[in-house]
Amino acid sequence: MDKERYELNKNLAQMLKGGVIMDVTNAEQAQIAEKAGAVAVMALERVPADIRKQGGVARMSDPKIIKEIKSAVSIPVMAKARIGHFVEAQILEALGIDYIDESEVLTPADEMYHINKWDFKIPFVCGARNLGEALRRIGEGASMIRTKGEAGTGNVVEAVRHMRTVMDEIRKLQGMPKEELMSAAKEMQAPYDLVVYVAEHGRLPVVNFAAGGVATPADAALMMQLGADGVFVGSGIFKSANPAKRAEAIVKAVTYYNDPKVLAEVSEDLGEAMPGLEISQIETAQRMAERGW
Amino acid sequence: MLRIGILGLQGSVIEHTIMLERLEDVEPIQVKTRDDLDVIDGLILPGGESTTIGRLITDYNLKDKIIERARAGMPIWGTCAGMILLAKHIINDDKVHLGLMDIYVRRNAYGSQLDSFKTTLLIPAVAEYPIPLVFIRAPYVEKADGGTEILAELDDKIIAVRQGNLLATSFHPELTDDLSFHRYFADMVAKSTI
Repeated sequence: MDKERYELNKNLAQMLKGGVIMDVTNAEQAQIAEKAGAVAVMALERVPADIRKQGGVARMSDPKIIKEIKSAVSIPVMAKARIGHFVEAQILEALGIDYIDESEVLTPADEMYHINKWDFKIPFVCGARNLGEALRRIGEGASMIRTKGEAGTGNVVEAVRHMRTVMDEIRKLQGMPKEELMSAAKEMQAPYDLVVYVAEHGRLPVVNFAAGGVATPADAALMMQLGADGVFVGSGIFKSANPAKRAEAIVKAVTYYNDPKVLAEVSEDLGEAMPGLEISQIETAQRMAERGW
Repeated sequence: MLRIGILGLQGSVIEHTIMLERLEDVEPIQVKTRDDLDVIDGLILPGGESTTIGRLITDYNLKDKIIERARAGMPIWGTCAGMILLAKHIINDDKVHLGLMDIYVRRNAYGSQLDSFKTTLLIPAVAEYPIPLVFIRAPYVEKADGGTEILAELDDKIIAVRQGNLLATSFHPELTDDLSFHRYFADMVAKSTI
């Protein structure tokens, strides 16, 4: 990936801003998502809530499913590769999708190294819990970041924690005199040039979405008000009682995140949300956010 | 002071706002409601997802008012998704959104993100020097009917077209540093307010 390609890949993420990216497992769901106003879909075999429930190793989806979803919609299609599994990424690139999510929702394939995303032409989005992690992924070539949250829980608390952490660390860098930035880079284990960029601009050099636990329009608007550029919704839509209606409501909540009247309107009569999980009830080994480094 | 709106529902809203802020005598205004449409002299439909934006302008009753103001002469400029919103004909989609321009647009005409590209081109109507053009999963115009003025073509495809007070580009001037297209549109708006 040369510099120009990297810019184009960041540019696509810019076009997704203010939008909702939805997890879908088949062509029919993809069409529901597109019709509801999703800006992109994430094609996968099982949503995080099912991965969590069924256990076992979670891998890249069957290319057949991804191709079916790709042909069913006109909006961008993303798919997940395991952390460090650069061959899954090569396969996804060959399928001609629009974005790869190197995702902690799948079982990591490498406990030491993430994918060197500069080796690819296709853009990558990666998860992060804090600024250091976000900048390490950008250093490896990610052209979009999402906070990790805790996928498949329907519990927004981790997404809030991660977004607040990133925003807080950005504000701290902004207030630092320049001679302190190298030490800050050392402490947060992040590339120095990216630390300097954040300090100067007061933002990440790429678009930053929220993810992991968003289940309601209010959750989505909360993440937007905390500073997210857009929202990923995984299990929250198709594990709820009325996916089409909820999907549409979340899209509107992200657009009108600052308008409580609209939020009240779209939150009405959506039926059951997905059943939620209390984070402290999840065994440490099952916490997806802790995968990756 | 010209008040130029940017449809602020989704997509490259901030990017357009920043470009307009760099122009003298232009005040950018983000448009999210029907009432916002009353206070502007011109409107930019940004890049983003046309299905998403098309859906929202219908549900929040912006569509009929945008059409009404366009017919009364207010300049509108659509970039990428905005071009799709303006078209009367979309070749590979049965959905028409604002349906204001007599153009036949092909969506995602170049393919997936792997086919997104950047180039430079001399567009005499807009600038005296070649300007950078960024195409992100871009559409192009296959055919433009009478009354349309073709501003730019690339490999025999129409990528910039004007029809009276309406302007459409396949590419994203808001993703570059070059202000030519924003200046060109501001000039359209200035002339329409005289």
